[in-house]
Formats: sequence, structure tokens, C-alpha cells
Amino acid sequence: METELVIIGGSAGSLQVIIELMKNLDSDLSFSVVLVVHRKAQAVSILPSLLQQYSKLEVIEIEDKTEIEINKIYIAPADYHLLFDDKKNVSLDRSEKLHFSRPSIDIAFSSAAEVFGDKLLAVLLSGANSDGVEGLLQVKNKYGKVWIQNPDTAQVDYMPRQAVEQVRFDLLIVSENLPQQLNELNKL
Amino acid sequence: MLEPNIVLDHEIEHLIKDVHELYGYDFSLYSRASFKRRVNRICLIDRFTSFAELRYKVINDPEYLKHFIEEITVNVTEMFRDPHFFKALREKVLPQLGTYPLIRIWVAGCSTGEEAYSIAILLKEAGLYQKSLIYATDINPSVLETASSGVFPINQMKIYSENYIHSGGEKDFSEYYTANYDSARFDKSLREKMILSTHNLVSDSSFNSFQLIVCRNVLIYFDKKLQERVFHLFDDSLENLGYLALGTKETIRFSHLQKRYQQLEDQKIWKKADHN
Repeated sequence: METELVIIGGSAGSLQVIIELMKNLDSDLSFSVVLVVHRKAQAVSILPSLLQQYSKLEVIEIEDKTEIEINKIYIAPADYHLLFDDKKNVSLDRSEKLHFSRPSIDIAFSSAAEVFGDKLLAVLLSGANSDGVEGLLQVKNKYGKVWIQNPDTAQVDYMPRQAVEQVRFDLLIVSENLPQQLNELNKL
Repeated sequence: MLEPNIVLDHEIEHLIKDVHELYGYDFSLYSRASFKRRVNRICLIDRFTSFAELRYKVINDPEYLKHFIEEITVNVTEMFRDPHFFKALREKVLPQLGTYPLIRIWVAGCSTGEEAYSIAILLKEAGLYQKSLIYATDINPSVLETASSGVFPINQMKIYSENYIHSGGEKDFSEYYTANYDSARFDKSLREKMILSTHNLVSDSSFNSFQLIVCRNVLIYFDKKLQERVFHLFDDSLENLGYLALGTKETIRFSHLQKRYQQLEDQKIWKKADHN
């Protein structure tokens, strides 16, 4: 099944994996990439410009009514939840935190699952809390694919370990192989 | 906990239609994903196991509707939230407003009033409070009661105090409230120049003219069409050279009106520069 959206959730210990991904992703992707990363809200958000330095693709921090296009990298803004209205349009939401997190990976993953169904690939990386598990379950419910970073190789293993124990995943990934595996999506 | 998917898309349509026809609140142009999440959340907190139960309650219990409106709209707010924004208000906007004999400010979608109180504090510290009026409005009458009381949970004061300092505040923040068990009662004088009223951005029209309109993290819940309508409402309500302030991720960029507005550097504040 053709993947239209790759949504990646990460928390503590995921930044290095994401930077390596930025360096090694091809620049002719047939899908969009959305990153949902826990981080502190700051006056000037540094993550987008940091990742842009490494990426051949355009890196965009999502604002209200940002439209999602293929072959671009999007970052969920700090202190907002991310929801998908349809395949192009997203909504931001500043409601209560979930698992002490805003953006919540659970909320973003399950909303993406509703809209993209089996055209979605959700990837859960390193992290220290239990965000992500419920979201991944929703992705599986809607026939999407689930990849989880191998907890044994994750910098902080709690989040991916929770997921591996509770979710029927499609692939256990080692961070070095992730860019290659994404580059090959839709091509085999 | 993640809210379950109790209410389906076509049921959301029915609910929106009922609420509009019976009570006059029109949610049809709210961002759908967010609205649906709030409806499912209501089912979770009020223990409805089906859409039919929720719908029955909404149709037959006007008292419940108040609660419904309160829960469907997001009322999570803070004092001096995004301190850099309040710093910009302090340093760039208030000195301009100070040149007017009477300053009129509209806080649209004020929720429980934390931003209106923050602005009252800024005006006091700038020595402009006595010649100011702050109109704070919300769709939801019950949040305005909280705003009116000026009583907020004491456990928030640590964050508010940090925010206040980051916004350039130089006083001891606790001077502005009296602590009483688990609540903080804010100084009555901060309420004196505040006019609280219900106003629905979807259906109500302009009611005054202002030099500053603050509407932060309200438009994110509206679709583009409704946003455009609200931008026109703000434009009709804003004096020439007045300021419009939006949330950190909101923008006037997609509106036809954007060419009349000039953005203040890297801030989500626009100055109306109408040359007509």
C-alpha cells in the first residue's frame, strides 16, 4: 500500500536519530514527513532551523492552516496539539496536555490514523514517558503501519519498550537503517 | 486518556445542526478535527456511551447546553502566557497607545480572563490604566463569571509569576493578589476598567472601535472561511493605526485583508495601516 504520510513521534533521546534522518533522506520522497517531538516552548523555536541545516528537503514548522505537501518535512509546534482535518489540512489545538505532553504523540497519531488509514506509517522513537502507545494502537486499528525503534538501541528505552510490549508492530528499527528504509518506501 | 471515538462524522453534522437550530450557536465552521475531539471528550467526561444519549441531553436540557458550550470550547489559558508576546506589548505597543486620550482594548475570546488581567497589569505598570478600558468577551457566560470574580487557583501562581518576570515585569507578582487557602484573589482595581460581556465571534457584529484587539488561540479552532469573517469583524472594529494581536502560531497571511496590515518584526502583532 502506497504510504502518503510518515508521522514520527519522539521524546527524550530522539533528536540524534532525527538529525541523522534529516542528513540521509532522499530529496524525491513521494510522501510527507511530520515530526511530533516533545520539547519546551520557547520564544524562538530552534528545532526547525537546526533540522534545516541538515536536510535537503524543506523543513517547515506547522502554523495554523499550514498545508501539508509531499517531499517536505513538517514539525508540530511546541505547546499545541496537532490534528488532521483531512490529508492536506491540519488544525492546532491548545487544549489540556495528555501524558504531560503538548504536542501529544497519541493525539497526533490517532488523528492521522483517522484521515490516512492504511496510507499512514507511524514511527515511534526514543522517549521517557508513555505517550505514543494509544496512538499506535489507533494506527493499527485503521490498518496503518507501525515501526518502533528497537528499545535495546534507543537512548531512552521506556517509550519504545511500552509500545513494543503493547502494539502489534510491523518493524523494529535500528536508527542507522531508518533513513534507508524510508527512502525505499513506495519504491519496492 | 485518549478520548474514544464514540461520535461519528455524520453524527457530528446532526449535533451541529441541532445546536444551531435550537440555541443559535453555529459551530459549522469550526475546524472539524478539533471539534470532533472535543465532542468525544464530552462523551468521556459525562459518561455518554452513545451519540444518542448526548444528543438527547443536548436537545432536552437547556442547562446542559451551557456546560456543553463550555466543554466544546477550549478554556485552557494562563496569565502572561508566551511572555515574549507580553514583552512586545509592553515595549512596542503600549507606548503608542499611550498617545491616545482614551485607550480601548478588546480581548476577544477571553475565556476565564487571565489575559485580560495580564493586560490590566501591563497598563498599570505603564501608567496608562486610568485612561484605559478593557473589553473582554467570550461566547461562554460561565467563564466570564470566573473572570469577573478575579479568583484563580493558587497553584498556578508560580508559573504566572515566572511568565510575568519573563515579560519584563519588575515587581513582585504576589503584590497583585491575596492568597487565601487554594485560591489567589486578584486586586479589585484590576477589574475596575474591565468590561466583561458575552460575544460570539461567529454571529455577533462589531460593537465599538478599538486601538488594540487581542485574540490569541481562538482562530485556530475556526476554518479559513470563518477566520476571514472574523478578520473582517476585527478590521471593522479596529481604528486606523490600531493593533491586532494573534496567537503564536496564528497568522493573517491567508486573509484578503493582510495587505492593509504591517507585521511588527517577528511578533504576531499587526498594525493597521489603512491609507484610505
